[in-house]
Amino acid sequence: MTVWVVVLVASALSFATKYIGYLVPQRILEHPTATRVANLLTVAMLSALVAVQSLSVGQSIELDARIPAVLVAAGLFALRAPFIVAVVVAGILAAVLRLLGWAG
Amino acid sequence: MTFSESEKVALRAGVAVGVAVSTYGFSFGALSVASGLTIWQTCVLSLFLFSGGSQFAVVGVLASGGVAAGWTAIASSAFLGLRNGIYSIRMAPIVATASWLKPLAAQLTIDESTAVALNQAEVRSQRVGFWTTGIAVFVGWNLTTLAGALVGNVLGDVDGLGLDAVAAAAFLGLLWPRLKQLQAGVVAAASAVLATILIPFAPPGVPVLAAAAVALVIGLTNAFRRREAGVEHPQPDDRSDPGEVPGLSTEEADS
Repeated sequence: MTVWVVVLVASALSFATKYIGYLVPQRILEHPTATRVANLLTVAMLSALVAVQSLSVGQSIELDARIPAVLVAAGLFALRAPFIVAVVVAGILAAVLRLLGWAG
Repeated sequence: MTFSESEKVALRAGVAVGVAVSTYGFSFGALSVASGLTIWQTCVLSLFLFSGGSQFAVVGVLASGGVAAGWTAIASSAFLGLRNGIYSIRMAPIVATASWLKPLAAQLTIDESTAVALNQAEVRSQRVGFWTTGIAVFVGWNLTTLAGALVGNVLGDVDGLGLDAVAAAAFLGLLWPRLKQLQAGVVAAASAVLATILIPFAPPGVPVLAAAAVALVIGLTNAFRRREAGVEHPQPDDRSDPGEVPGLSTEEADS
């Protein structure tokens, strides 16, 4: 397994998922279960990624500058700030807290 | 070529969404290169995978687990992208007017192109909205990915200081507009708790993947669906349109 394999296999699966949708019958949409599972999978993956990216270092849980950074980002998203603004502020806040030695 | 008034509205919406989403591409490019992917690998993801959430997932899982987490990176990306297949089924009768258009339409079927199309009333305007948004996002997203990757490459090691927080905030930003119903909220909370509990026990990447079980159980049983006096509320996640996307104002976004 190399990074290239990951990039190319993930890309192929993404295209296959989209393309298959153009070949299968419309009636799949008559039952909301498939749609609901697909939408909830997106929510589950993103939420798990938020948790893992905020808390983990390898296989251990570490509470550090990421926590205040993510909380500030959440506040900015709640105020409907643009994506790039919230993300950049989170990055700068974490970096500053670490430079000041206030958080690991 | 002349456009009707409603087609012009769709055209303008597509360009506006393309511009708004392109700023995400810059964050993706910078994050990807800073996570250890090459500029080429970063650009290939934007050209061929072309689905924001899945691209961020590949980079995020590889950043924390390395190539050892390769298969979980692929699986997380694939699970995140399944909704694109639903959009494709929805868009097929509207935009795939010739069979040679199907592969092109497939590559451009994402949250944004689907949302703009379904926000139009007439079929012709839906077509204009889909193709304009798809092409605008594709061009903008790939250009800003390259720009972000080049900047991330120049910054080199110094940007490592706040990078992990950037990734966490990016996933939160992608999740935020999807938390409009109780069911989605329960899935998000349970997924975060499950992934966190698994961090010390499972190899990197697996805690994220395990959260798919939460979506499957709640999605298949339809648990936590909100009912009042026996009346079921319409659930946004039962619908095959993406709802809110950046740069597009809908009635729902204001509620």
